[in-house]
Amino acid sequence: MIVKIAKTAFNPWQALQHHQDSLPNSGQYGAASIFVGTVRDFNQGDSVLEMCLEYYPGMTERQLEAIVAEACQQWRVLSCLVIHRVGVLLPNDTVVLVAVWAAHRGEAFDACRYIMETLKSRAPFWKKEQLASGQARWVAGHSPIEERLPVP
Amino acid sequence: MSITVRYFASLKENLGRGEDEIDYAEGLTVKIAWDTLHQGRPLPSNVLAAVNMEYARLDTAVKDGDELAFFPPVTGG
Repeated sequence: MIVKIAKTAFNPWQALQHHQDSLPNSGQYGAASIFVGTVRDFNQGDSVLEMCLEYYPGMTERQLEAIVAEACQQWRVLSCLVIHRVGVLLPNDTVVLVAVWAAHRGEAFDACRYIMETLKSRAPFWKKEQLASGQARWVAGHSPIEERLPVP
Repeated sequence: MSITVRYFASLKENLGRGEDEIDYAEGLTVKIAWDTLHQGRPLPSNVLAAVNMEYARLDTAVKDGDELAFFPPVTGG
């Protein structure tokens, strides 16, 4: 199980090939499910020039590792690769790669989706968009109810 | 020893700094730490907190030497 924060641009297809090549040639890997998230050049009707991704060094890695561990407890995951970008990203840059290898497609699909969806609501990353209009804005986040602080 | 309090993203921008320090006092919680540091400024209702890099609640105890963090809802992926 590999979890990485990438501070510079990475090629998800090369990373996948590299990881695939590192797996033992054992015949047990019946399915691989892959999600690649990419920076769009538009959001909420505005043209986006670039996006800056901030994170919480230490906590972000810890949360990602915990999410992957939860997926491994729920499904029989044989291997997993998660890479998430931080820093300044341009449209078409890869933001995130989540790849899961399992014996069967159901486990691979479900674990990949779980990691991706849970990451979006729990891993401490924050996006700030630089718009063509010259404005900059933080992307509004949605957190699951259980993570919200109770109202004082 | 004291407690380091960190801020991220829009909260850091709004406060104009990324970090504070607070002296430990018995009975310190996440909420008491915020109220002590930001007197008269209520904690925004959507803000999340972490103690030693684990999600925490308003009543989570903060110990001497801990790292406390406040940040807005996350938007990764």
